[in-house]
Amino acid sequence: MSRHIEWLAALLGAALLVLLAWSAPWLRFVLTVALAKGIAVLGLLLLLRAGQVSFGHALFVAFAAYAVAFAAPSVPEALLLLPLAALGSALVGLVVGLFVVRYREIFFGMLNLAISMVFYSLLEKFYSITKGTDGIRLPPVTIAGQALTGATYEWTVFGIALVLALAFGALVRVYLASSMGQALMGIKTRETRLEFMGVSGRRVLLAAYVLSALMGGVGGAIIAMTSRHVTPALAYWTASGELVFIGILGGAGSVVGPFLGAVAYELTRVYAAAAVADAWQLILGAVLLAVILFAPGGLWALLRGRRTA
Amino acid sequence: MSALLSARGLRLAFGGVKAADGIDLDVMEHEFLAIIGPNGAGKTTFINMSTGYLRPQAGSITYDGTHQLLGLPPRRIVKLGVGRSFQLPQLFTEHTVLENAALALAAREGIWRPFAPLLRPAIRAEAEELLERFGLLHLADRRADALNEGARKLADIAMAVALRPRLLLMDEPTSGVAAADKMQVVETLVRVLREARVTAVFVEHDMEVVARFADRVAVWGQGRIAALGPPGEILNDPEVQRTVIGVVPNAVA
Repeated sequence: MSRHIEWLAALLGAALLVLLAWSAPWLRFVLTVALAKGIAVLGLLLLLRAGQVSFGHALFVAFAAYAVAFAAPSVPEALLLLPLAALGSALVGLVVGLFVVRYREIFFGMLNLAISMVFYSLLEKFYSITKGTDGIRLPPVTIAGQALTGATYEWTVFGIALVLALAFGALVRVYLASSMGQALMGIKTRETRLEFMGVSGRRVLLAAYVLSALMGGVGGAIIAMTSRHVTPALAYWTASGELVFIGILGGAGSVVGPFLGAVAYELTRVYAAAAVADAWQLILGAVLLAVILFAPGGLWALLRGRRTA
Repeated sequence: MSALLSARGLRLAFGGVKAADGIDLDVMEHEFLAIIGPNGAGKTTFINMSTGYLRPQAGSITYDGTHQLLGLPPRRIVKLGVGRSFQLPQLFTEHTVLENAALALAAREGIWRPFAPLLRPAIRAEAEELLERFGLLHLADRRADALNEGARKLADIAMAVALRPRLLLMDEPTSGVAAADKMQVVETLVRVLREARVTAVFVEHDMEVVARFADRVAVWGQGRIAALGPPGEILNDPEVQRTVIGVVPNAVA
């Protein structure tokens, strides 16, 4: 039953996004970024299921975005850049993960934050390599060998983001229903039992962590290709906080949640920034407060008409 | 009969408290060994040392004649065939009873299958069969945190049995179980464990349970084994009665 509702919501949502992007062309960029962030937040959702919150996941988004920016001059093909950058993030996730999965809760969250801020500083300070806060501009890249421009390029990147969002949503759904995914949720409630079942809780968390880093990387690569400009702000702690914000806003109860949250977040930001330029964070803050107080299961639970904490 | 578990000279002190002060014990294959003794005598510490949760400061624990358990993490010891259950049941509280059982069964072959659903038909059938043996099948779809204490204890032990241990160490399997349910819980346990031909060590405070369940009884006192023998002999020993059971001989009130 729940399976069908999620599929229906995902397909309806996808159709709605296409319609939105078609009717308001300037929203194509906003929605592409929303889908990219949604994929990154989907990775965060895995960790949330284990009861862990990473306040540093922008590290993986930014790493892949910079990987795309650095590699684009020599490999100007989006369909190569994207998987390469995402795998790069997954590899970084493995190295960082080996360390952080030894910790839980606040220590896990803060260590992630610390490592992401180290990366931010490297991006900012090594001006000769990274151009500091100026960031790096992307040269034009081909998609499947085609040199696309303007609206065609935007539509294609949007399409790639949409397909990847659906694919990763399905993947995470299957993963969460598997023994590995169920054991991941066991970390939240009884990690001791996992150990006494002969299962290493750390390894279960590490697998999810690497997958979440991969998805952060996919999101980052899409962001780089759609904004064509990468800056250290991608790795700043507010960017990580934004991902957690979106996760709570959308709800961790379903793989649809992160995308609901991301689209709602980006649209609110765009419209609130246009209406009340100085106070849009105030509006976002009020929205989050309302969600936490009245819909702890996020927008997804609200849509389904029942609360799931 | 040979010793399945041999502890020699186990010592462990927490500050000034000697939780293990030279423990020597052989657990024989297929026996049910009860551990009794006052609180703080080191009964749970013995189980914790045998399952890798605590490391003794001295001594050795040999399993099945060849495996040295000391220094191994719990999950390695579990893989060797030594299971345990807990005084406070360690269940996945946000999962159903069926999912708890299924996870334990899946863990036997390793849970590293990201694409196979946990509740695939083979595992579901096996989990239902396991719950049936423990008389828990009617609770299969309940969340683990919605069970009464007796059912939680049985589910906890069922998850240990799911891993097909040769040796099962149980920490107070009947504590917290309502008096009316206690004997039924014990009957179920004895039946399942005998069927599975499991060797069992269990810490127990209820002497009625001990008398009915145990082949041998070990009496713990201040980190040492004060007495060891068949229940008929041990439970009638005046010293044991005075220190453990709390019976005052020829009491004058």
